[in-house]
Parts: sequence; structure tokens; C-alpha cells
Amino acid sequence: MQQRRILDEVAINHELLRGNLATPKWWLPTVLGLLVVVLFGFTLMGIMFNKGLGVTGLNRPVYWGLFITTFVFWVGISHAGIMISAILRLTQAEWRRPVTRAAELLTVFSLLTALFFPLIHAGRPWRIFYWITPFDFARGIFPNARSPLVWDPFAIGTYLTGSTLFLYVALLPDLGVLRDRTTGWKHSFYTVASLGWRGNPRQWRLQTVAGILLSALMLPIFVSVHSIVSWDFAVTPSVEGWHSTVFAPYFVVGAVHSGVSAVVTMMAVMRWLWGWDNYIRPEHFDALARLLIVVACAWLGFTFAELIFGVYSLEAPERALREMQMFQWPWNLLFIIFFLTAFAIPVPLWFFKRVRNNIAMMFWTSILVNIGMWLERFLIIVPGLSRKQPFVFTWDSYQVSPLEWGLLLWSFAWVMMLMLLFSKFFPLIPLFETKESQVFTTDVKIGRVNMPAVIRELD
Amino acid sequence: MVTAAERVSSHKWGMAVDVDRCTGCQACVMACQAENNIPLSTEDIYRQKRTFAWIRIERYWYGEFPNVKARFIPIMCQHCENAPCEPVCPVFATYHNTEGMNVQVYNRCVGTRYCGNGCPYNVRFFNYWEPTWPTSLRNQLNPDVTIRSRGIMEKCSFCVQRIRRVSRETTRDGRELQDGDIETACTEACPTNALVFGDYNDDKSRVSIMRNDDRKYTHLDALNTDPNVVYLAQVDATGGAAGGHE
Repeated sequence: MQQRRILDEVAINHELLRGNLATPKWWLPTVLGLLVVVLFGFTLMGIMFNKGLGVTGLNRPVYWGLFITTFVFWVGISHAGIMISAILRLTQAEWRRPVTRAAELLTVFSLLTALFFPLIHAGRPWRIFYWITPFDFARGIFPNARSPLVWDPFAIGTYLTGSTLFLYVALLPDLGVLRDRTTGWKHSFYTVASLGWRGNPRQWRLQTVAGILLSALMLPIFVSVHSIVSWDFAVTPSVEGWHSTVFAPYFVVGAVHSGVSAVVTMMAVMRWLWGWDNYIRPEHFDALARLLIVVACAWLGFTFAELIFGVYSLEAPERALREMQMFQWPWNLLFIIFFLTAFAIPVPLWFFKRVRNNIAMMFWTSILVNIGMWLERFLIIVPGLSRKQPFVFTWDSYQVSPLEWGLLLWSFAWVMMLMLLFSKFFPLIPLFETKESQVFTTDVKIGRVNMPAVIRELD
Repeated sequence: MVTAAERVSSHKWGMAVDVDRCTGCQACVMACQAENNIPLSTEDIYRQKRTFAWIRIERYWYGEFPNVKARFIPIMCQHCENAPCEPVCPVFATYHNTEGMNVQVYNRCVGTRYCGNGCPYNVRFFNYWEPTWPTSLRNQLNPDVTIRSRGIMEKCSFCVQRIRRVSRETTRDGRELQDGDIETACTEACPTNALVFGDYNDDKSRVSIMRNDDRKYTHLDALNTDPNVVYLAQVDATGGAAGGHE
């Protein structure tokens, strides 16, 4: 157990509400800058609605491209929330405490971003309600329950509802604190939002039970969401490279890999922006990096398993596709970058304690992982489509259009802007969790030695 | 979805393609283009890799020089009985009708293009742009066929408008539908009769006879799509029958 500063509750309130009770100087310019990119992105969507999907680079064999890649990418990122807050909560990992809220937030906002992509990607986006709503709108036809595209809205909707509730339940005590420290319209807002939180024992008990229940309820979603997203591909027998039974666990582990990496990136940014050095400490990065080593190795195992499943049958088309993915220009370049960034560079580095405790190194390695994981999805989706079946007459390649790159950029700006807007009104690090961990880790004097006494949550 | 009882229909439309007779003249492609109001595949569209051809002639070269031979395979929607495009559509825009056809309901389509990914034959086409025709072709458009707006999928319909028209006419005249009464645009245009359209439920129809031919094969059998379009392999004087894709 490392040495840490003992923080009193006043200091915790003061430091963690820094972004809420006062506005940092950089906040407004940053949000405005992001807003410009976001508005630019919405303009691009407007152009797409107006002119049709012809403005993208999609073509006949390659009907899905960057948009679906980015959709899978953001759904993957969203797995951070459940991993950090639900699984680590149930396994009582103490170090999760400062990052639970940010991770949940990342879940909610990345899902809100992911949702956009399949919807704007539809040919007639004004009719998507016939697809995503399980209702017939007096047409006599409900959505086709056999289609994985109908499973998606259910999976993501459940996930979004669950994580929003989880986020809100964990926010209640902090909203009470904010209510007591604000005046005017903000006070009124927090009064309504805190749902009458007074911090009495019964409320704490209900809040804890609700948190544990929601964690447990969300565990199945943890498995289901990305499994269902992977089935968008896995149930398509016609596309080599898609039709694989290993996809569901492979995608889930990949999602955890990219999601936890995104949490690392975000923690580094939070520490840097708000100066929360006392709360987000190197030991947290250390713990996350150890987790990432395990996840990354599991993910590598699945990557090889998927490859072996593919080539084991020795079918010529499948082998040709794998060969193209790995050895043919330009896919070989993407494949090398993918493998280096998703595994070969970051994971060996994480084996060194100095790297794990170096926040700049952790920041850059976690960014590398997400570059690699985006490329992984791209390498799964596009090559299979461009070489679909042995009808060589229809094989063709795919050039990503500037508009699609613009919308990829939009997705990042959108998530960052939502996070920053949230940070203005709600504390990004849970106050009560931090105080709780202070209580739980009080030093106890045993003889001449000071031992950290860690008291766990109630069962 | 169609129940088992509804599946029993008097007709099961299908097509037989004698690859041995195909000369690759592309008459079927042009006939289909004219009949079904297919958007023009201009140079621009070609460069965007978004050409439309409900039926296309795939040309493959076989053999070693100097004994090189061109082989032509007309590919259109195979109207699979077990179609990979059907279950993936979230809005039932594509489904199997009672007459063995894989039909596309344009009004239901939201344009997810999932069916296009699911189709192993690449015979589903997405309208990336609103279709336009030059003024000279305005009056050429077929009033019997819907013009597809942008954002939806389309594909070979087995000229369903002709099937419906002939069925109406025979009902009106009170006579039995004969084999050969219905010709799709491509079969009608084919100068070598390589393409034959008919009813598999009629044992004496040409397609039924061709379907029982020794040369019969279907494309991508391994995917178990069970197509209603059957092919008769090319007869090679030097090396026996050679059909499909090796």
C-alpha cells in the first residue's frame, strides 16, 4: 500500500467541486472549440440527409464501412463503465473509486455517440422508427425479430437505461452536497435533481443496495451488448471473415480492452485538467495497467483463435481473405499498425512498473490501444465485404470519403463536449466514494507499525 | 413471414440458365435496364463503383494460352428459397412470397443495406443517389415499374409486373396459364435462348426439364441458399462439362 495524503472532507469538497462551483479558465474556450467541430459534424449529417449516401465512399460490395466501424468502436468504449463500476464494485477492488463516475459517464456518452452511426447510416433515416421501435405504427408489420439489427436497439437501449440509472444513483449524494453549496437557479436545479437526499442512514442504505443491485443486473448486459453487436457480422454466412462463432466473446474482450484503455486516457486528461493529483494517483494507473495486461492477453488469444477458426477448414476463399488482410497492400500496412498499437507496443511496456506509474506513458499507450482497436474493427468489416465470395467480377475496394472522416472526428468532439458540459454541472470524481475510501483506509497502529486498515463494503 | 399453408401455391417461379448457350451479348442486361427503370450506370457512377445491373454477365477466362476461352455467366437475383438476405432485414422489406420469389418491398425499406451484405451473389443494389434520366429517356420509362427513390435497395424481381399482368389476363380470359406465356425481359431478349423462365410446379415446363438435366448446378451450393435459378454447365468439347467457379 502506497503512502497517500490524508485528506479532510472540506478539502475533498473544495477540490472535487472545483469545476462545478467555479468555472476554470480553459473551460469555455475548449467547449466552444468542440462545439464548432460538433456543429460541423451535424452539418455533414445534414449534407448526407440532403444528398443521399452517395456522398460517402461506400459502394456496391462494400455496403458498410467507416460508420459501422465507428459504431462498433464506440460501443466497445462503452464497456469501460460496466467493467470499472460494476465488476470492480462487485469484486470490491478499492482502487476503482475515483474513476467509477467518469467510466459510467464514458459509457453513457459513448453509447449516445454510437447510436448515431447506424441511424445516419440508413438510406432513409427518417424511417428508422419502423426499425428501432417494436411497434407497427398501424402498418401491420412489426420489426423483424430475426434480424440482428433489431436486437441492437434492444441491447443498446437496455445498456443505456441501465448505465444512466447507475450513474444517477451514484450521483445522488453528490447532488445533495452541490444543493447545499449553491444559490439561485442552480440551487433549485440541484434540489430537484437530488430527489430529497438528506444523507440519513436509510437513504444511504437504499443507495448502496441500489448500486449493488444495478451492478449485478448490468452484468448480463456486459456480455450481451457486444455479443449482439458482433452478431451483426457473425450471422452473415455470405461474408468470409464475418461468419465466425468466436465473434461474441472475442468482441466482448476486445471491447473491454478498448474501454479500459479509454478510461486510462480519460483519467490522465482529468488529472491534468483539474489538477486532481491527490485523487487520481499513479497507483490507479498501475492497477488499471495490470488489468489491461490480462485483458489484452485474453484478447490476443481470441484474435488468434478467430484466425485459426478461419483458416482451419482450409477453404480457399477464407484463406485468400486472411492472406489479403495480412499481406496485401494496403491492408498489410493497416494490419501491422493494428497489431503494433493494439498489443505489441503497449502490452510489453505495461510490464514495467515505471511505465505503469508514469501517467504520460499510460496516456499515450492507452491512445495507441484505441487506434489499434478501431483498425481491428475496420479490418474485420471492410476486407470481408470487398472480397465477398468467389464472384471476382464484383470484388471492389473502398475509399473512405472526407465526409466520413469528418464524422469520425465529430464523434470524438461530441463525446468530449458532452463530458465537459457534464463536468460543469456534476462532479466527475464521486465525493462520497472518495470520502468512503478515506474512512476505509484509515491507518491503524499495531505495535509500532502503522497498518492501513481496509474495511470493505457490507455484504 | 409466410406460413406453411400459405407456401402452397400453384406456382413456383424459377429460371434456368444454359451457360453453354450464352454468348455474352448483353442483350438481357439492356432489356432488363429498359424494362425495370434501372438507373443509368454512367461513367461517373462506374467510377464510384455503384453501377446497377439487375442481371449482369460475368466473364471469366479459362485455360492456358493459346487455348484461352471466355466463359459467360449471367448472374441475377437467385431468388433463394433459403435466402441470406431475408432474415437480416429489420423491417421485412425483403421476404419470400408464396410463389417462390424473393421480393423487395420498396416502401418498407429503410436502407440499412444489411441484405446487400448478406447476399453472396452481390445482386442487391443500393440507390446511393436519387435516380435521374436524361430527357431523351423520359418517355422510355416503364409505367408498370416503380421508380426507386434514393436510400433503398433494389434487385431483380423476375419481372413481377409481367407475371401479374399475364396472370390477370389468363384469369380474365378463363384459360390455363401455359408454359411460355410469361417471359421476363431478359428471357425475351436472349437470342440464344440461354435464359428460360417458367414454373417449377409444372412438371412439363422447360425450366422443370432443365432443372433435371445432368448439367444442372446452382451457384455457391456450400452456403445452402437453395436458389430458384439453376444453371446448366458449359459443355467443353476438350474437357467435359466445366461449370461454375473453381
